Amino acid sequence: MVKPKYTIAVTGLNNTDNPGPGVPVIRGLRESDTFDVRIIGLAYENLEPGIYMPNTADKIYQIPYPSAGGEAFIKKIEYIHSCEKLDCIIPNFDAELYTFMKNEKKLAQMGIKTFLPSIKQFEERHKANLPSFGKKYNINVPKSIAVTNISDLSNINDKFDFPVLVKGKFYDAYIVYNLEQLQYNFNKIASKWGVPVIIQEYIQGTEVNVVALGDGKGNTIGAVPMRKQYITDKGKAWGGITLDDEKMLEITRNLIKKTRWRGGMELEMIKTEDNKYFMIEINPRIPAWVYLANGAGQNLPEALVNLAMGINVEPYKTYKTGIMFIRYSYDLIGNISQFEKLNINGEL
Amino acid sequence: MRLKKNIAISETGFIFNPSTGDSFTLNPIGIEILSFIENEKKYEEISDAILEKYDVDTITFEKNYYDFIQMLKNNHLLENE
Amino acid sequence: MEKLRYESPIINKVNAGMPDKFGMNVNTKPISYIDGVSVKDLLKDYGSPLFVLSEKTITETYNNSKRAFTSRYPKIQFAWSYKTNYLNAVCSLFHQLGSWAEVVSGFEYEKAIKNGIEGKHIIFNGPDKSKEDLIKASKNGSLIHIDHFDELYMLIEIADSIDETPKVAIRVNMDTGIFPQWDRFGFNYENGEAWNAINRIMISKKLNLVGLHCHIGTYMMSPSPYSVATKKLIDLALEIDHKYKHKIKYLDLGGGFASKNTLKGAYLPGTDTCPTFDDYADAITNVIINSQISPENLPTLILETGRALIDDAGYILGTVLANKRLASGRRATIIDIGVNMLFTSFWYEHEIFPAQQCSTQTEDTTIYGPLCMNIDVIRQAIQFPILQKGDNVVIKRIGAYNMTQWMQFITLRPKIILIDTESKAHIIRKNETNSVFENLEITPKYLKK
Repeated sequence: MVKPKYTIAVTGLNNTDNPGPGVPVIRGLRESDTFDVRIIGLAYENLEPGIYMPNTADKIYQIPYPSAGGEAFIKKIEYIHSCEKLDCIIPNFDAELYTFMKNEKKLAQMGIKTFLPSIKQFEERHKANLPSFGKKYNINVPKSIAVTNISDLSNINDKFDFPVLVKGKFYDAYIVYNLEQLQYNFNKIASKWGVPVIIQEYIQGTEVNVVALGDGKGNTIGAVPMRKQYITDKGKAWGGITLDDEKMLEITRNLIKKTRWRGGMELEMIKTEDNKYFMIEINPRIPAWVYLANGAGQNLPEALVNLAMGINVEPYKTYKTGIMFIRYSYDLIGNISQFEKLNINGEL
Repeated sequence: MRLKKNIAISETGFIFNPSTGDSFTLNPIGIEILSFIENEKKYEEISDAILEKYDVDTITFEKNYYDFIQMLKNNHLLENE
Repeated sequence: MEKLRYESPIINKVNAGMPDKFGMNVNTKPISYIDGVSVKDLLKDYGSPLFVLSEKTITETYNNSKRAFTSRYPKIQFAWSYKTNYLNAVCSLFHQLGSWAEVVSGFEYEKAIKNGIEGKHIIFNGPDKSKEDLIKASKNGSLIHIDHFDELYMLIEIADSIDETPKVAIRVNMDTGIFPQWDRFGFNYENGEAWNAINRIMISKKLNLVGLHCHIGTYMMSPSPYSVATKKLIDLALEIDHKYKHKIKYLDLGGGFASKNTLKGAYLPGTDTCPTFDDYADAITNVIINSQISPENLPTLILETGRALIDDAGYILGTVLANKRLASGRRATIIDIGVNMLFTSFWYEHEIFPAQQCSTQTEDTTIYGPLCMNIDVIRQAIQFPILQKGDNVVIKRIGAYNMTQWMQFITLRPKIILIDTESKAHIIRKNETNSVFENLEITPKYLKK
């Protein structure tokens, strides 16, 4: 059988110490058994490592920030589409997802497939809405409130005991031990990601995560649980290992079934000493450690593209446990001329 | 007023300053003016050339020109004199 | 030979970075016309700066919101929120379109009467209603929305003394899941104060409880809290019916609908995230229709939305006074529009456009107003084309609150123009002159020279 060749655009090429999922997603796609790919990398900034990495993207385009508005974004995508004839786009940033979901129909009309959660699914799992989400789907969640104004922090003692976690709407989380630290980090996060900033109860335990893919009809196409073995000072996994944990899979399948989740997702949980699981975050996209799932036998980026293309995908039934990933850093050598080309032409 | 010697200006308007590692972009008229400076033209010559070619009055150009020079200085692209 | 179009030379430093900060907003498409009228001509004819309102946009926005609600629910009534913009021409236009008046002071009440609206079509809100205000409103049959117990008791006394039965509603505040919760206005739902107030009203028999009112917050970027609020008001209405066999005639859900402006601190622009009228209408009307209230007793739904109806219709036009470099080398552009007349720049990242064709190249710029005061900043950071002294700018979406909250600080307020649907400009407020203010002041004789 001849494999089809898809042109797939991918964002999140920032393979830094706070990595985006773009590069691991591309690795998954390149290893697909069912299709060949031409990869179009979409970059916001001019030093995202994925731009310069060999065997990663075939072509790079700069795109405007989500904060520039949907109109500017669509215009640029139209232009890229006219040059590349995109079959599919996989967005990988929380902050850009809203713009992609809002423009899902427009993209479809242009002939570009996506496989995204609905705005309703996206909104209800938002960090700020976690308490009501937990209630609705009967999941343990830590107590949390969304704060828009720093003056509302002064009576935080009535509601929480320190330490608490302070989190940005899209990214960033800090653990703080007193009001001064809280206010400082509130400002830090608010200036970067805007408001609301989320104040969350700190739960002691082991951090465990699941990467999963829902087909939008309630079926779990794939799911792999992982424990972070080494965590960077930014709270990111620098090493992890797949787990044999039926309870985590059950929580995942149950959630995907009830929400009819469409697309990739990452569930971040805390497993306490007494074996309770608390959901601390639900990320509406594939996480940066997704290549571990490949290693364990589930190529979720490939499955996601097939779903987007309207192809029936058989759910993965198994994965290997005890598979590890260890991130490493590596210095690429580049030349100013590449940088010039990208900055002047907006493509490379 | 002289441009620092090792500054590389490409036709596309991209400038790289190898002594600081900074890079810059210019708009087309910025490229034009910078190449006049590179060739050590005096303000009067530059002004005459620009006024001849573009629809602009002397005072507006003078203000814009010195603002541009100030920015070149701020960005350490000119030799100290 | 014809000369080429000039733009000033620009050098921009390339900042290498990671995608983790607010991006730049490159928006250089000029606005040269408003409803077919040239911005340059307007400024020439009426001076700079200048407020401009578009009748076409007001009408279209109103009709759009009316359609969103009336297509979902049979009994809809809009009440124009005077405090949002109480220019008589604007109020009259809304009244012509079918809006009642919603006022929050004796001053606004007087304005509404002068604008020819019937007393019974005025909703009187707010914590500050004097005895005289309440007597007048009672006699006129206006809808008095009680804010606190002191007002409630005063109104019972007034009803006795003037032998009228004032038509009242209570304002209810509640937890709708939003933070901060607005609990300073009205009676609280959760702690039973609202129910207590209702009982006092019903037992007194001096007041006619016709409605229930709430106003859950401002700039609500999500419609779902309105569902919660509607549900709580309906629960109260059902309890009243159950206990007193008394039917509530209307539910007033207040205002708070957002406009498409981008709030400071928001990551995505308001144009992308602002809910539509249909979203809000869905959230509210579904709850009423699916409630236990029988179809023949459905209450009228009153909406006091102000900002979402007028923000888009307002523009302020101005002129570049100067360009300068700050100590850091950053570009600053000074325009003749200050925070004294553009109060909303304290909480919005207003969109600013050049009024004439300009370079596509932009530079990171701070835009200052003309006041001799450090806080006078219209935009802290915007990617903006380089404008020359005397060039014009247009700031969009400023129709709400600016023409009521503006300050007369060190200068005089400019004219306000309404462009009618045939592209004809009308002055609807004259510019102030020194004599306006001199007439109000009295210098004691011993201080005169």
